[in-house]
Amino acid sequence: MSVHRPLPHDSARGHVTGSARYTDDIPAPPGTLHLCFGLSERARARLVAMDLSAVRAQPGVVAVLTASDLPGPCDVSPGAHDEPLLAGPEVFYHGQPIFLVVADSHLAARRAARQAQVTYHDLPAILTIDDALAAGSRLEEPLEWVAGDPEAAIAAAPHVVEGVVEAGGQEHFYLEGQAALAIPGEGGEMTVLSSTQHPTEIQHKVAEALGVPFAQVTVEVRRMGGGFGGKESQGNAPAVACAVAARLTGRPCRMRYDRDDDFRITGKRHEIRIRYRVGFDDRGRIHGAVFEQFLRCGFSRDLSLAVADRAMLHADNAYHLPHVRIRSERLRTNTCSNTAFRGFGGPQGMLGIERALDHVAHALGRDPLEVRRANLYAPGRTRTPYGQEVEDPLGPALIERLAETADYARRRAEIRAFNAESPIIKRGIALTPVKFGISFTLTHLNQAGALVHVYTDGSVHLSHGGTEMGQGLNVKVAQVAAEVFGLDLSAIRITAASTARVPNTSPTAASSGSDLNGMACRRACETIRDRLVAFAAERWQADPGRIRFRGGMVEIGSERIPFAELAREAWAARVSLSATGHYATPGLHWDRRRGQGRPFFYFAWGAAVTEVALDTLTGENRILRVDILHDCGRSLNPAIDRGQIEGGYVQGAGWLTMEELVWDARGRLMTHAPSTYKIPACGDRPRDLRIALWEGENRAETIYRSKAVGEPPLMLGISAWLALSDAVAACGRDYPALDAPSTPERLLAAVDRLRGVRW
Amino acid sequence: MRRTLSFLLNGRPVRIESAPATATLLDWLRGQGLTGTKEGCAEGDCGACTVAVTHLSGGRPVVEAMNACILLLPQLEGRAVRTVEGLGGTDPVQQAMVSRHASQCGFCTPGFVMSLVAARHQGRRDWDNVLAGNLCRCTGYGPIVAAAEDAADAPAAPWLAEDAGRLAALAHGEDIALAGGFLPAGLDSLRAHLARNPEALPVSGATDVGLWVTKELRSLPPVVFLHRVAELARVEETPAGLRIGAGVTLGRLRGLMAGRHPDFAELIRRFGSVQVRNAATIGGNIANGSPIGDGAPALIALGATLRLLGPEGTRELPLEDFFLDYRRQDRRPGEIVESILIPPGTPRLRCYKVSKRFDQDISAVCGCFAIGLTGGVVTSARIAFGGMAATPRRARAVEAALAGRPWTEDTIAAAAEAFASDFRPISDHRASAGYRLRVARNLLRRCFEEERRPLRETRLAGWGAA
Repeated sequence: MSVHRPLPHDSARGHVTGSARYTDDIPAPPGTLHLCFGLSERARARLVAMDLSAVRAQPGVVAVLTASDLPGPCDVSPGAHDEPLLAGPEVFYHGQPIFLVVADSHLAARRAARQAQVTYHDLPAILTIDDALAAGSRLEEPLEWVAGDPEAAIAAAPHVVEGVVEAGGQEHFYLEGQAALAIPGEGGEMTVLSSTQHPTEIQHKVAEALGVPFAQVTVEVRRMGGGFGGKESQGNAPAVACAVAARLTGRPCRMRYDRDDDFRITGKRHEIRIRYRVGFDDRGRIHGAVFEQFLRCGFSRDLSLAVADRAMLHADNAYHLPHVRIRSERLRTNTCSNTAFRGFGGPQGMLGIERALDHVAHALGRDPLEVRRANLYAPGRTRTPYGQEVEDPLGPALIERLAETADYARRRAEIRAFNAESPIIKRGIALTPVKFGISFTLTHLNQAGALVHVYTDGSVHLSHGGTEMGQGLNVKVAQVAAEVFGLDLSAIRITAASTARVPNTSPTAASSGSDLNGMACRRACETIRDRLVAFAAERWQADPGRIRFRGGMVEIGSERIPFAELAREAWAARVSLSATGHYATPGLHWDRRRGQGRPFFYFAWGAAVTEVALDTLTGENRILRVDILHDCGRSLNPAIDRGQIEGGYVQGAGWLTMEELVWDARGRLMTHAPSTYKIPACGDRPRDLRIALWEGENRAETIYRSKAVGEPPLMLGISAWLALSDAVAACGRDYPALDAPSTPERLLAAVDRLRGVRW
Repeated sequence: MRRTLSFLLNGRPVRIESAPATATLLDWLRGQGLTGTKEGCAEGDCGACTVAVTHLSGGRPVVEAMNACILLLPQLEGRAVRTVEGLGGTDPVQQAMVSRHASQCGFCTPGFVMSLVAARHQGRRDWDNVLAGNLCRCTGYGPIVAAAEDAADAPAAPWLAEDAGRLAALAHGEDIALAGGFLPAGLDSLRAHLARNPEALPVSGATDVGLWVTKELRSLPPVVFLHRVAELARVEETPAGLRIGAGVTLGRLRGLMAGRHPDFAELIRRFGSVQVRNAATIGGNIANGSPIGDGAPALIALGATLRLLGPEGTRELPLEDFFLDYRRQDRRPGEIVESILIPPGTPRLRCYKVSKRFDQDISAVCGCFAIGLTGGVVTSARIAFGGMAATPRRARAVEAALAGRPWTEDTIAAAAEAFASDFRPISDHRASAGYRLRVARNLLRRCFEEERRPLRETRLAGWGAA
């Protein structure tokens, strides 16, 4: 067996020896030029004049381009055609590219870009959610889905709570920044190496910008140094810039964003405000609920509508809401255009219900876990607000198991006792579940292709439509191929994703990479295997049903021959050893306007218990222990999946606790590098982390009954935020109503609010 | 006078003629095709560019992790650089990283490998400190720490002894002229150079100046490097106190303070990262004059004095008087910070660093307290803060409100009010003014509480904490 085993990442050796190459590590052809954007220093303004003479005069500068120097708009948006590569005559956010320097070195281009003299005529900027609401600045009209009669249910409920919760955005902080290299070829061809999750989109944007057919552009991605959604659409700008500059100069062009530029230019996780109102009974069971979500989307559409839809689709998280209204405002602001980020709105949507249930528990004086249990999807309570049935309501069983293994009840009591004795340090604990819908909500993206060649020495070359960003997609897909052919993993070679090998791909996103590409790969491999079986059955006069591929051998009746020998024989008999595979997820249909249908193939589940300690003099805090039980179906690779769970948890906890994006009153991002934007460091990891995989296979027919794991674990981090809220609650009687990120300052403010201390 | 910079790269001698004074090691390495060393931030905060730098100390090789992105080529003179390519793929750390699934995207991995290789050669196992300067966005760190444990006891790499031998042969006592700078071999040539070039920019660890180069893209005045001046790196126990040379790195200072002022050592543990502390010096930290530098508040609370060395000789002044205004210090042209004197017999120092993240984060507030108590009465109080004003500064009104009074709740409550007359902090992306003031008051309370409670009930980080 090759699947279900904890095999190492296929590039692990390359990672530890430094030989694994990233886009900017690839040696540049001679004569390569380097690019740097000049950025807007206003959030919204008219460009009155751009004096770029000093830029052009800098040593090493070959060309300086503005919007009017480009062959066309060179749109870099993922669909709405609302993001020209270079802005003008108006700028829409602080950090928007307004000119492009082409120079003989990275440093020369950066130096030159700082020499511009730009005259702006300032226009009123819309920076915040409140600004946008006041100005009616939206990407589209608010979307609203209603199930049942929420107002009547709330009115009839014994109790009601309402509140507002806000959560800031999150910078991806992929360790490798955006990077691209464009190499012009003969006859108008362009090869682009890009650090992107979506090579096909880069191909399209480059071809559009150059005015050539898609077939003349080839995009390759060997690997990314992290993506997390931040390279789903944000790689378009550097790739198009390189291609356009390469076309204009006739020379290869490469670009990597300096880290500060990367922070300023690229979109982030959407900041959200959620207003909630829930009616519930004495047990805390919700009778009716209203959630109003306000997302700060930034200056353009990017992927915001789909992100906002997914936030609505996760407003229920793991809970049955018989009567609910979910309303979503997609607000346009003069800030960077927010984009995909692991969870794609799902995490934001879940915050509303998790917060509301925590609030309900506080109002009733009950343990939040009791209240959560009372509301879970369970047999007989399986209909989602959007009409899809939850076919495998794992919540109750999974939470019960986790509460037991994590010793939740005893620790809750111990924490209460500890807090009674400890005036300065307070502890808190929270258990939160995750139910995450798997599939792109844009139904047509749920397809993938693969191309498999078997060579006559028995080695296998495999291409698929997905990209490797560290999530271990390549090793998982290779495991699938090895499984089908009964080969050792070392016989399978996966290299770069290329639009020339597998066309018309979907982005590697929505946790779908191994589900879609694994299936496509299996189909391609099975096509070849079927040909080999047919050939062998005839050659050896054997029953096709008795031909087996295992251990690098093929068993044909009573004979055993090496796989390589069969491949060679088949080739000699003129059998094709190359095949494509294609997969489309079955059964999906979705009407986003009405909020009805079956947007998801299945759900992935998980739950986490986090215990924290809080210093009530400063708000500093520590995660002490985390217990996680997560559902990967029948894991394709338990080692890779554990890595996703652990890393996802820490990233989710980082979003909600320490990672804080700060813009000033002029719309300038003040936290634009690791010196000012703090992601979790080694010492922030849970001291005691216990991860277990839920044992069970996917009900849905997925690749070897596994489940997607890229995004769901991120939302386990919600338990860290609510554990901190629980620690704050130990300081007084009121509900902490903690916003995120719960930085030391927000925590101390909440503590002092409960203690009646004013600053 | 030489014009050639000499160092070892992965065991091979490298000679660079008229080296540019502000070229970074990272750019140079990648230009040589050694792309295993990555640029993640170019400001010394992510560690993706970590390399191991070896120097000889008393004839023995000392391996240290440093950030190549802000390490200037002249800082390598007479040292040995080892990059991930120079490990040969066989280091136990590399093998453990593979078997523990400790890489995902892999971009940060070479940096982690180099930090762990350096730590292994120092016999360290304090992984949270060893790795505080290496950011990983994928793994959550657990598997990396597991790999670190696996490889911790492996023997020294064979290249270490080889590098040590070659380093000894590389040593010389000559000054080196650089393109845009000067690298003196000792104090006399430094003084002579400064006398002739009082406008020269003294650079020690370059952990801040490096950012002027990589981030601000500044054109620097001629640079004079201090790191080869052995006289500046002396530590002397004198009757007047402990005299610490300006060139003592923060990493070394931490060791010096561990037995004397444990809270100061703990503060230094959270000062930058291992990579930064291996390069940065206490003199640089002071001369730089940042209002949020963590060295000054502790030293001011200890009553330290500063000795400056200029063309006319030396002069001494209380450290707090050195900081005149925002980024303006009492340093005259041609003067350098020579040493710091910590007087003996100070009361127990308590230091509290408050930041968004515990490790490798700049303080929102850093408060240091040296309170003398006799029979329950405050006999002396020196309190200094960073992050509360344009310079590191004493809280004189608070000190006055404590002095001579009984060490009681009432005294603390009254003294806490005095912070408002000492400081008018600003609001920025690290913290609001209100938070800073509230925390300053609470830190005084913590100082008070710690007189009667165990540290683990009053602290979450550092020695004594839970």
